[in-house]
Amino acid sequence: MRDFEREHPGIRVQVQQIPWTAAHEKLLTAHVGGSLPDVGQLGNSWISEFGTLKALVPLDPWLAHGALGRDAYFGGIWDTNVLDGVTYGVPWYVDTRLLFYRKDMLARAGYSSMPTDWRGWKACLRAIKEHGGPGRYGIFLPTNEWMTPVVLGLQAGSPLLADGGTRGAFQEPEFRRAFEFYLGIFRDKLAPAIGFNEIANKYQELSRGTFAMMVTGPWELGEFTRRLPDSLQTQWSTAVMPGPNGPGASFAGGSSLVMFHGTRHPAEAWELVKFLSRPEQQVRFWRLTGDLPARREAWADTVLTADERTRAFGDQLTHTVPCPMVPEWEEIATRVYEQADRAIRGATSADSALATLDRLVDKMLEKRRWLASRRAAGAKKS
Amino acid sequence: MSAGVGVAPAAAVDAGGAKRAPLAGPQARAGLALALPSVALILVFFFGPVLYGAWLSLTDFDIYALADPSSVRFIGLGNYAHAFAETDFWNALRITLVYAFVGAPISVAVSLAAALLVDAKTTRWKPFFRAVYFAPVVTTLVAVAIVWRYLYQPQYGLVNAFLAKFGIPRVDWLGDPHWALPAILVLAVWKNFGYNLLIFVAGLQNVPRELHEAAELDGARAWQKFWNVTLPELAPVFLFVSVTTVINYFQLFAEPYVMTQGGPLKSTNSLVLLMYEQGFRWWRLGYAAALAFILFAVILVATAAQMWLQQRRERAA
Repeated sequence: MRDFEREHPGIRVQVQQIPWTAAHEKLLTAHVGGSLPDVGQLGNSWISEFGTLKALVPLDPWLAHGALGRDAYFGGIWDTNVLDGVTYGVPWYVDTRLLFYRKDMLARAGYSSMPTDWRGWKACLRAIKEHGGPGRYGIFLPTNEWMTPVVLGLQAGSPLLADGGTRGAFQEPEFRRAFEFYLGIFRDKLAPAIGFNEIANKYQELSRGTFAMMVTGPWELGEFTRRLPDSLQTQWSTAVMPGPNGPGASFAGGSSLVMFHGTRHPAEAWELVKFLSRPEQQVRFWRLTGDLPARREAWADTVLTADERTRAFGDQLTHTVPCPMVPEWEEIATRVYEQADRAIRGATSADSALATLDRLVDKMLEKRRWLASRRAAGAKKS
Repeated sequence: MSAGVGVAPAAAVDAGGAKRAPLAGPQARAGLALALPSVALILVFFFGPVLYGAWLSLTDFDIYALADPSSVRFIGLGNYAHAFAETDFWNALRITLVYAFVGAPISVAVSLAAALLVDAKTTRWKPFFRAVYFAPVVTTLVAVAIVWRYLYQPQYGLVNAFLAKFGIPRVDWLGDPHWALPAILVLAVWKNFGYNLLIFVAGLQNVPRELHEAAELDGARAWQKFWNVTLPELAPVFLFVSVTTVINYFQLFAEPYVMTQGGPLKSTNSLVLLMYEQGFRWWRLGYAAALAFILFAVILVATAAQMWLQQRRERAA
């Protein structure tokens, strides 16, 4: 910030830090109270919510005559900032999910590297399981997390929601295929059917060899270094998510810089956004926090690509797909894992779990259908 | 105004004799004028929001309505029907009933026990103990929550370290769906019992000493004195304390909110927490308002039941 103020002597920036857990409420109350800052960082899963609330300034006019644009960023990540064709944010740092795995356990099962497609992945999990014996599994996929079933669905080409985000598309063949694959991992006991709460310490279990892989995000790079024993430090790595046929996509997450509605200093705010988006600032931010830069140029930095574990993230980021851009998404996502969990535990069949899911989601999106039909009727009249 | 005040004494004498129509006479007018500001405030800041809330609960006011008010629809009792069809609602209701009918009685019992100890003849430094027991009430909950999270920490927490001395295996207090609710209840009781303690102490000091002495002369033992003298004398205080405590526990929010956010697996999710989540997390303000009215009805029924029980006991006595 001091560097920014030095470059722009007329601008003084006041930074307010808020913890993630409180950010959502704080920003929403600030919106209602009209006391939002000029520029802010917004988790990109919130863009659709704040966009719908008209709390964000459309950035397209600013982007039109500037160096920033979709090309400079990872496409999937950029798209999480676009709501109904309007861009509301510029990616700042990125988040996605991929595989963390133990190389030594894969090697013992006869694998020198991670397979890249679903079939190979499953065969690999099976080999690890057979090699490990009873009480051992291939992978840990917490049953109370939506990430994995959703990512698999996106990989299989499912849009998740249909008709402009007004209906669930979970019974369509794409998602069904992914869902069957996901359930199959549990049916074949390649993953324990437990959630986060039922495992005391996943790092410990991974060290112990209870499982050889998990699907998780970039913050884990630091956690693994801190929490795994020294003997395993050279034995873990990361790999791109396997897809139905070859390297698969993962979900596009992260955080964006936005301008809030009602800003009195839009030009200065935009200068700050541009400053923070510079590749060298992005690398600096990564060094300070470990958050991965959103800008492709920043990835040219050798420190990022020299490490194979970070490099896998770079590769994964070129294959990312955004989750549906509707304000209801987070709640829909919890329904996905709730129904998947029921199917895993055998409380219901895959078919009826998906039917229930579509029914619940359709009910949740009823308002969107009504709004769409009202818009259509209005368009016809005029 | 000054004329009204001037004749007031005469009118007061007059009013003492015969009953007058409530709105006649300068005295009544003065009274109304004096009451008006607070009545107006109550109308504007209490009944206004309540009526608005009642209207909200009959609409589908949501995030789209915040952006475009014309998209609000009147849906009658739709929100209520929706609540009764949701497992989340029944789960929250069940947990709220546990808070109210397990937490509140424990809280009252602990308050009473502590009050008896503080009030006992043999206790020294009474003000000191009163202050100690009252301290949690005036401490900020968020600060308290941080300390309690350390206590409950599964690996290094003091609670587990203490239990380990007796060979009891580690419990993940806030992470295990079976233990999180009791853990929150213990915290809530500890945090709030000091307030009722003070009320009980005041009540105990009002129990006439002669009654105890008379009971002693009759050869009553300590628990007989407690049962036949102290408790009946405390009855009005007891009713007040139990009604307010049950209502407070029906509305328990801050403790689960700061400790578990309603988790794990919604095992500590109270109705107010659900209401908050629906209203301010998902912006279903219409639905949240309906939940508020359901909770209001539940509390009303529970309080009426308590009053009725108390009256029946009094009549039996």
